Amino acid sequence: MKLQKNTRLALYSVLEFAADPARHIAASSIAERYDVSPHHLAKVLSELARAGVVESVRGVGGGYRFAANARRLTLLDVIQLFEDFDGRDERRESGDDTPVGRALATVLEEVDEMARATFATITLATMLRIVERHRGK
Amino acid sequence: MSASPRRRAPGAAAGAVAVRPVRAADLDAVIAIDTRVTGIEKRAYWQGVHKRYGASRNDGRQFLVADAGGVVVGFVIGEVRDWEFGSPPCGWVFAIDVDPEARQAGVGTRLLAAICAGFRGAGVTKVRTMLSRDNRLILSFFRSQGMMAAPFIPLEMDA
Repeated sequence: MKLQKNTRLALYSVLEFAADPARHIAASSIAERYDVSPHHLAKVLSELARAGVVESVRGVGGGYRFAANARRLTLLDVIQLFEDFDGRDERRESGDDTPVGRALATVLEEVDEMARATFATITLATMLRIVERHRGK
Repeated sequence: MSASPRRRAPGAAAGAVAVRPVRAADLDAVIAIDTRVTGIEKRAYWQGVHKRYGASRNDGRQFLVADAGGVVVGFVIGEVRDWEFGSPPCGWVFAIDVDPEARQAGVGTRLLAAICAGFRGAGVTKVRTMLSRDNRLILSFFRSQGMMAAPFIPLEMDA
């Protein structure tokens, strides 16, 4: 599956901040590490700040820092700030009301349920442990 | 395997908890924890589980309790299953629970670590469990312990 670009940027950023909650990290540092546009990242960080996940720190050594609880905040919490993942897709497509369309919707909902259960049960603290396991690879 | 976290019970700090095999005298406390968490008392079920898993044995079955100063505050049950679903022998955890008053103190972590040690002692290195995908609390717990999705898909149908 694919997450939207802003969602991925948000997850990259939040995990960087959560890994060292006391540290202020400049947006430019994250933009460089993940090879993304600083302008684009600024919009994502602004949304995360609005949601209280990070807070901006002004002045010398400023930037952003983590402001949430890594043992409580889940991947789904972050994802839902940027895309509608928890609700049914209400867009109507041609063929939806046919037997095949309804059968396909049943199967796709099964896939979505599993994805939601996965994202909703991996906290940032757990994710940071998974990140650690990948550092040596 | 369901419940919500609440305040920490006195004496339930992880360091003060000993994990040991269940004794017959622990069964009332185990039933009380399960009843508090699930809202359904299943005395006959637990007596059967105790009979099958509780006695000191050497067949890969484990029924352990967390003892905080003489008070049972949690339990875990599992067994080694051979070639189930075509899988080489592995450990299955089929029940784990902690008294809601004793949560957030590392008791569940201690219980899981103890049963995993038992599985390793029995010669298996893979541990599995299965629970409702709606049970986000316990799913999050197992995730926090390092569990990832297994290469199986549970299926069901109306008989």
